[in-house]
Amino acid sequence: MSSSAIVLVGAVFLASAVEMVEALTIVVAVGHTEGWRSALRGSVVALFTLAALVAIVGPALVHFPLVALRLIVGSVLFIFGLQWLRKAILRASGLQAKHDEDVIYERTVERLESDADVRQRAHVAFVLAFKGVFLEGLEVVIIVLTLGTSAGRLGLAVFAALAALVVVGVVGVIVARQLSKVPENLMKMTVGVLLVSYGTFFTGEGLKVRWPSGDVALVVIAAVYAVVVWLIVVGLRATTKPQGAIAA
Amino acid sequence: MKAAGSWVLRMLRGFGRFWWDFLVGDTPEIFLAALVVLGVVALISLVGHCNALAVVALPLLAILTLGLSVRRASRASRR
Repeated sequence: MSSSAIVLVGAVFLASAVEMVEALTIVVAVGHTEGWRSALRGSVVALFTLAALVAIVGPALVHFPLVALRLIVGSVLFIFGLQWLRKAILRASGLQAKHDEDVIYERTVERLESDADVRQRAHVAFVLAFKGVFLEGLEVVIIVLTLGTSAGRLGLAVFAALAALVVVGVVGVIVARQLSKVPENLMKMTVGVLLVSYGTFFTGEGLKVRWPSGDVALVVIAAVYAVVVWLIVVGLRATTKPQGAIAA
Repeated sequence: MKAAGSWVLRMLRGFGRFWWDFLVGDTPEIFLAALVVLGVVALISLVGHCNALAVVALPLLAILTLGLSVRRASRASRR
C-alpha cells in the first residue's frame, strides 16, 4: 500500500470514527431511555438515507473533471480541516472546554424525559436517533466522497469508513456508556492535520502546483503541520488555565 | 402544490444552512483567509508560473491562517 493510500485510510477512518462516536452517544442515550426499537429504527433509516446519497452522488462525482474536483474538494478540506484543528488546539491547550460525550448523553436523556406523552416520546426518540446518525453521518459522507474521488480511491475510502463503523459499533456495544473515555480530541487533532494536509495537496494540484516527489509530499506536509500544531499547543498550555467539560 | 413548494423551500434552506455551518460557522476568518490563500497561490502558480514559491506559500499561508485564528480565539477567551 502506498504512503498516500495509508494517509487516505487513516484520515477517513479517524474522521468517521470521531463522527460515529458522537452519533452513537445519541443512539445509546435514546436506546437506554426510550427503548432500542425507536433508537434502532431511527439509526437504520438514517443509514439507508446516507447510503442512497453515496450511491447517487458518488458515481456522478467520478465523472467530474479531476483538476476542478481537486480544487473544489481541496478548498473544502482546507477550510474544514483548519476549523477542526483550531478547535482541537483550543481544547488541548485548555482555552476551550473539552467535548464531553457524557454531557451529550445527559442532554439527550433530559430531552426525552421532559416529554410526558408516551406516543410523542417514541416519535421524538426516532427523530433524535435519525438526526444524530444522519447529521454526523453526512459529514462522514462528505469526507468519504471528497477524499475518495479526488484520490481516485473511492472504494478504499468507503472501506475505511465501514471499518470505522464496525470498530465504533463493536466498541460501543462493549463500553456502552463509557464513550467519554474515547480520546476524541487527540483523534480530532490528527484528523484535522490530515484534512488540512489533503486540502493543501489537492488545492495545490487544482492550481497546477507540481509537488516535489509527488504523493510523498502529502506525508511531508502532514508532518510539518503536526509539528506546528504541537508547538502551538505547547506554547498556549504554558500560558493558560484549563476549563471544564461541555457538549460541542 | 403549495405544501410541496414549501417542502422544497424548507429543504433548500436546510441545505444552505448545512453548508454555511460546515464552511463558515463560527470561524468566518478561516473561510475568508482560505479565499485569500487560494487567490494568492493562484496568482503565484497560474499567472506567475513560480512553482517553488507556490509549494512553500500554500502550507505557510495555511499555518499563518491557523495561527491568527487561534490567536483571535485565545484573546477572546481571556477577555
